Amino acid sequence: MALPVDIEALDKAFSGIGVDEKSLISILTNSNEEHKRSLRKGSSKLFIEDENGFERWDQSSIKILKHQFNRFRDAVVLSLLHPWERDARLIEKAIRKGPKHYNVIVEVACTRSSDQLLGARKAYHSLFHHSIEEHLTHIKGRERKLLVALVSAYRYEGTGVNEDVAKSEAQILYEAINNGDKNKLLDHEDAIMILATRSKQHLQALYRHYSQSYGKTLAQDLEGEGILKDTVECLCTPQTYFTRVLEAAVKEDADEESKRALTRVIVTQKEQLVQEGFVPNKIQDILLGLYKDFLLASIASGDIK
Amino acid sequence: MATVSAPKQVSVKEDAEALRKACQGWGTDEKAIIAVLGRRNAAQRRQIRHVYEEIYQEDLIKRLESELSGHFEKAVYRWILDPPDRDAVLANVELKKSGNKHHVIVEISCTKNPEELLAIRRAYHARYKRSLEEEVAYHTKGDTRRLLVALVSAFRYYGEEINTTLAKSEAKKLHEAIKDKKFGNEDVIRILGTRSIAQLQATFNCYREQEGTSITKNLPKDSSDEYIAMLRMAVRCLKDPKKYFEKVLRRSIEGIGTDEDALTRVIVTRAEKDLKEIKELYHKRNNVPLDKAVDKETSGDYKDMLLTLLGNEV
Repeated sequence: MALPVDIEALDKAFSGIGVDEKSLISILTNSNEEHKRSLRKGSSKLFIEDENGFERWDQSSIKILKHQFNRFRDAVVLSLLHPWERDARLIEKAIRKGPKHYNVIVEVACTRSSDQLLGARKAYHSLFHHSIEEHLTHIKGRERKLLVALVSAYRYEGTGVNEDVAKSEAQILYEAINNGDKNKLLDHEDAIMILATRSKQHLQALYRHYSQSYGKTLAQDLEGEGILKDTVECLCTPQTYFTRVLEAAVKEDADEESKRALTRVIVTQKEQLVQEGFVPNKIQDILLGLYKDFLLASIASGDIK
Repeated sequence: MATVSAPKQVSVKEDAEALRKACQGWGTDEKAIIAVLGRRNAAQRRQIRHVYEEIYQEDLIKRLESELSGHFEKAVYRWILDPPDRDAVLANVELKKSGNKHHVIVEISCTKNPEELLAIRRAYHARYKRSLEEEVAYHTKGDTRRLLVALVSAFRYYGEEINTTLAKSEAKKLHEAIKDKKFGNEDVIRILGTRSIAQLQATFNCYREQEGTSITKNLPKDSSDEYIAMLRMAVRCLKDPKKYFEKVLRRSIEGIGTDEDALTRVIVTRAEKDLKEIKELYHKRNNVPLDKAVDKETSGDYKDMLLTLLGNEV
C-alpha cells in the first residue's frame, strides 16, 4: 500500500513550476507494482478510473506534464542560443502564436540595445528568409503599425536630450490619450512615431515630464491599453515590466504562457535581475527540480560578465 | 563599376604633404587638390585625412573648407567624406531645408543595400546624436512621413527568393491603390517598406504583366503633390537605380542652367559604385557622352573635379 505521504509527494513533484526529479526517482524506483497501483488510485489529479477496470492517466495531465518536463530543456536551449538567434526565434514564435503573445515582440524590441535588436533582425533573415517587418505585416490586428515601427528602430543611444522637445512630446501623448479616442491610440501616428523613433533617454525624460506635468505616470494613463502600456514600460521603466511579468508567472492561477515567461525573463535578463526586489520571493518555493536549480543559479551568477 | 581611377599603391604621406603644400601661401593650388583627392578611393582618402591630422595637427576637411568655395568646395567636401558619413550629411542638409522633395532620403533608402543603409544610420548617430528615423519623423508629416520613416527603417531581407503568388497579389494591391488614388494607403507603405528588393522586382514585373504598363507610368508624373512625386521617385529607385540616376543627371544638365547640387550628388555618390554603367546609359539615351556634357555645362575647378571623378585626366 502506498503511504499517504508518498501520494502527496507524487502530486507535489508535479505541482510547481518544473518537476522534482529527485523525488520522483525516490518514489518510483522504490515502488513495486502494487505500490504503484495505489499511487495511481490515490492520485485523483493524475488518474481517473477507467470503465475497463484500470486507473487511466488523465489526458489534460499529460499535456501539463509535458510542459513541466520541457521547462528545463527550454531553459537550457534559451540559455545556450546566441542572443540574436534566441531573440529572432522568440519573435517568430510570438508572431505565429497571435495577439496574446505580442508583448514578447514588444519586450524584445524595446529592452534590447539597438545593436542587439539589429542582430536579432539579421538572425531572422538567416533563419526565416524574410525580414521581421515582412512577417509582421501579415498580422491583421491594429497592433501591426506599432509592432513594425518598434522592430524597425535603430535608436540613438548616446546622452543628450532636448528637454523642451521631450516636454512637448509628453504633451502630445497626453492629448492623444486623454482628449482623443482611446480606441484609436494604436493609429495615432504622432504617438507611434515618438515611441518608435526617439532614443530611450529621450523617452525617459518624456516620462518624467509627463509625471511632473500631469500628476500621473504615462504608464498609469495607459492602464488597460495592453501593448501600449507594455511599450512604454519596456522603454522607460523596464524593471516594472519585468517584475509584473515574473509575478504573473508565479501566481496561483497562472496559465502556461505566463509560466513560460519565467524562463524567458530570467534567462534573458539575468544581469539585471541581480538587483533586489526584482525577483519575487515566491520563486524559491514554487520552482522545482533541475529547472529550479538552473534558474536560481542563473540569477545568482547574474553579475558574472 | 567605379569611374574613379585610384592607383592601387599610394603614399598617403606624400599625398598629405601635397595637399598641405596646395593650401599654403596666398592662393590655393586647386589642381593639385583635384589631382590627389580625385584619384583616391574611400579607404585611401580616410588614411590621408588621418596622416594629415597626425603630421599637421589640423583637420584636413576644415582646412579645405576654409580654402575652397562654391560648387567646387561642396564637391570636394562631399567627396572626401567616408561614404556613409557623406550620405548622413546629405540627408541632414536635406531635412533642414523646407519644401524639398526628399531626393536624398529616398535615394539612400532605396538604392543602397541593407548593410550600407545601416552604416548610414550609424554614421548619423555619431554625427548628429540622433537617429535618422527620428529626424525624418520630426521634419515630415502625413503620408510623406509614413513612407519615408518606413523606407529608412527597413532592413530588407537580402536573399533572391521570390514568391510569385505573393508578387501577383501585391501587384494587384498596388494597382488598386493607384486606381483609387489612395497612394498613401497601408498596402503601398507596407509593400514598398518591407519587401526584399528581389521580391519587389518580381512584384513590379507582375504589375507590368497584369496592367500592360509599368507601375511608374501609372503614377502621375510631375504631380504637385509632394507625396506622389516622392512615391514615384521611390518606386523608380527600387525598380532600377541606374536608370533613375541617369535621369537625375540628364535633368540636372538639360535646359537652362545646371542643377549643380544634383549633378555633384550623383557623381560623388556613385563614382565608386556604378557610375560607369550610368554613363553608358546616359550616352545611349542622349547620344553624347556624359563627360562631354559636363565639360560643356560646367566650368573651372568644379568642372575639373567632376571630370576627374568621371575618370578623366585633366
